[in-house]
Amino acid sequence: MTITRERLPEPGPTRLFTFPAIDKSALPNGLRVWTVRHPQVPLVALMLLVRRGAAWDPAGKEGLAAVTADMLDEGTGDRSAIDMHEAIARLGAQFDTDIGADGVVVSMTALSRFTRQALGLMSDVVVRPALREADFARVRQLRLHRLTQIRDIPTAVADRAFLKLLYGVHPYGHSPIGTEASLASMTVDDVRGFHRGAIEPSDATLVAVGDCDHGEIAGFAEEAFADWSGPPSGAALADGHLPQGARLNVVPRAAAPQSELRIGHVAVARNTPDYHTLLVANAVLGGQFVSRINLNLREHKGVTYGARTAFEFRRMPGPFSLHVSVQTSATAQAIEESIREIGDIRGPRPVTADELSLGIAGITRGYPRNFETADQIARASMQLALYDLPDDHYAQFVPKIERVTIDDVSAVMARHVDPARLTTLIVGDLDSIAADLPRLGLGEPVVVPHDSF
Amino acid sequence: MNIAFTKHTLDNGLDVVLHEDHACPIVAVNVWYHVGSKNERFGRTGLAHLFEHLMFEGSEHCQRGFFQPLQGAGATLNGSTNADRTNYWEVVPTGALELALWMESDRMGYLLPALTPEKFNNQRDVVLNERRQNYENRPYGLAPMALLHALFPDDHPYHWTTIGEIEDVRAVQLEELRAFFRRYYHPANASLAIAGDIDTPHALDLAAQYFGELEAGDAVPPVRVSASLAGDTRILIEDRVELPRLYLAWLTPAMFAPGDADLDLATDLLANGKTSRLYRRLVFDERIATDVSASQNSREIAGYAQITATAAPGHSLAELERAILDEIAKLAAEGPTDAEMARGRVQAESQFVFRLQTVGGFGGKSDQLNAYNVFLDDPNYFDRDLLRYQAVTRESLQASAGYLDPRARVTLSIVPRDRAALAAPDSAPVHVT
Repeated sequence: MTITRERLPEPGPTRLFTFPAIDKSALPNGLRVWTVRHPQVPLVALMLLVRRGAAWDPAGKEGLAAVTADMLDEGTGDRSAIDMHEAIARLGAQFDTDIGADGVVVSMTALSRFTRQALGLMSDVVVRPALREADFARVRQLRLHRLTQIRDIPTAVADRAFLKLLYGVHPYGHSPIGTEASLASMTVDDVRGFHRGAIEPSDATLVAVGDCDHGEIAGFAEEAFADWSGPPSGAALADGHLPQGARLNVVPRAAAPQSELRIGHVAVARNTPDYHTLLVANAVLGGQFVSRINLNLREHKGVTYGARTAFEFRRMPGPFSLHVSVQTSATAQAIEESIREIGDIRGPRPVTADELSLGIAGITRGYPRNFETADQIARASMQLALYDLPDDHYAQFVPKIERVTIDDVSAVMARHVDPARLTTLIVGDLDSIAADLPRLGLGEPVVVPHDSF
Repeated sequence: MNIAFTKHTLDNGLDVVLHEDHACPIVAVNVWYHVGSKNERFGRTGLAHLFEHLMFEGSEHCQRGFFQPLQGAGATLNGSTNADRTNYWEVVPTGALELALWMESDRMGYLLPALTPEKFNNQRDVVLNERRQNYENRPYGLAPMALLHALFPDDHPYHWTTIGEIEDVRAVQLEELRAFFRRYYHPANASLAIAGDIDTPHALDLAAQYFGELEAGDAVPPVRVSASLAGDTRILIEDRVELPRLYLAWLTPAMFAPGDADLDLATDLLANGKTSRLYRRLVFDERIATDVSASQNSREIAGYAQITATAAPGHSLAELERAILDEIAKLAAEGPTDAEMARGRVQAESQFVFRLQTVGGFGGKSDQLNAYNVFLDDPNYFDRDLLRYQAVTRESLQASAGYLDPRARVTLSIVPRDRAALAAPDSAPVHVT
């Protein structure tokens, strides 16, 4: 063999990848049990999904779902919070609780020889939490301290303020942690009520992936979760009213060396038929390193460490947004460039054939690496359950992405993204940048006070 | 439990370590250069990290940069720099192995002809923005600078952070970077690991073809500098934070040295997770802190251990300091319990099994093989590394608490602006940028 540096070698074929089969059954109480055999490493990844998240927080009690999730591992029966964590630690397991707008996921990864014990602990956490007054007081206090601390974290301030600007009082208008006022108004009875009403088996899914088989897991699950009961949860949330706010907003941060920016609007839900096309469009616009916006702001102008855009696909329409932190002196320029790029891809400067094929290849060719570990496969299975996706979703993914055309990209971006509706938020040094803002033509900047989000 | 591999050294000195794992149709290509911020000198810092950026900007035969061809082939890729080494990796579909080797070998052998002043200026600006984003504009972001400055003297290469001092990054000259590249980025100072869906002889052949033609550079002599702390250095920084935070730090054994694994377990037992002694005491029982953590940061020529705790509103860093020192003294006097030892052992076993799950990326099997190869000249160390943890006894763990000596440490307070009174007593302000 002789090599040449005259040209890059063409990639050769890669054997086809198929998403593994999911074995499914259900317990009499409705809990769905899904398993996938993935025996490479003697581990099992366990995840339990309940489709009730921060969007179900009652008005005025924002943060309730997250406090409830946080309190699940605070002990059970006569076992204290510390005892519970001792038990998890004795298995060497990794334990985590994840709260999003659409659901709560409790996950545990453990050596396979501890599968049965891990499922037992998981059921204690989910089904039989003690939810004691004293633990509630401590957990809430720690969350209030956290709220205090994140006032100084520009990314956290931007994320929270931006959700409020985009969604207002809509169920998606607050971050899961809630606010000082809503946490202060909460009681342990609220937590017990949320646990009773929302954390119930009829809509829940347990996923186990690893060195395990379905019959065995189903048996352990029966043992652990048979006594879990609860009223079937109520209907899905209705889409709330969205505010029509100012186009340009600022949370002042005196003398900040960078401006943390968010630009976007409410866009589209996970069940959109345009899902695959939007993934390709976003890859070209701001979803990968060689995207238009990152190349522009980072590789050409050098004003940031990195910029990215994303559609957040949720059960109800989620945001499309640009996230970037830019040096203070380049704030107006970065906003101008970003809004121009977002508008251009809808038609004035459609994606080129090269950009399209690069975007598609970037998503499809490396696709198998998304399913290398038990954890990844469990998370992927969980997505099917969370969004009611068909079992062949992953098998169909690559062919669907490969069919996307240039016209499709222009059409879906024109349909779902509107430069005139974009809301811009700056967390930065208003005094330094104020003089540059009028030329953006986005109107007077509105100062967003800290206590409004 | 082990990572099966074969190792070959090419004539130019490049180590090639190969590991087969056919579970997923992907291949990890991972290159370590044995250069980090430890190879810089005082007043000229940030070079190794700035170089990591330039390594993605294109080489002589592929001027358009590193990302575009590889992303087009379905790769994910990244790199990182620390005090001791720089690593670069791609995870590619099986069929793109040759492309990845072409690209890695081209930037190892032919980077400088493609390194223009424009790319250099651009990436220096990007790095200054990375520094603003990750350190200057982040609460407590300047703590690493202050700690390292106080732990290690000016002439010790762990005195500075990998991102470098602002004025050094601004002052660096292109010629200086070229010389840095010639000295450190060559086959004899590098190690290539290929892991995943490969046929070992074929992958080795490709590696030999692409890298074998590159010129060997001069061997890089090891850096040898020692450090010691004479007393308790008490410093404070006023920062844009809401709650004061206390950092205690000590000089400790280097990576893989006797005492390193013991301290790893000791710091876990003291302050990691809800079962740890300091979490229970400070956060759970006394509620004087909002969080507490600890780590043994082992590096190639020295280590440092660190305990960090944030005061709950209304509580002082003096209270936290007393409680932390008290728990350290107890551990030193009484050692761990049997339950703590059992927990530490099973957690170590789990952590090592977790590490076998991925072939690529940071911490994947290819990265681990390179770590063992570069630091110990022996990729066959996974088992023995686990054994280091399994060999820890109650007595050895108890003895390791002796490194956390209250008389030889750094005590850093970070407090809200104009609230210097909240700092641990007798702390002197320091200026860090």
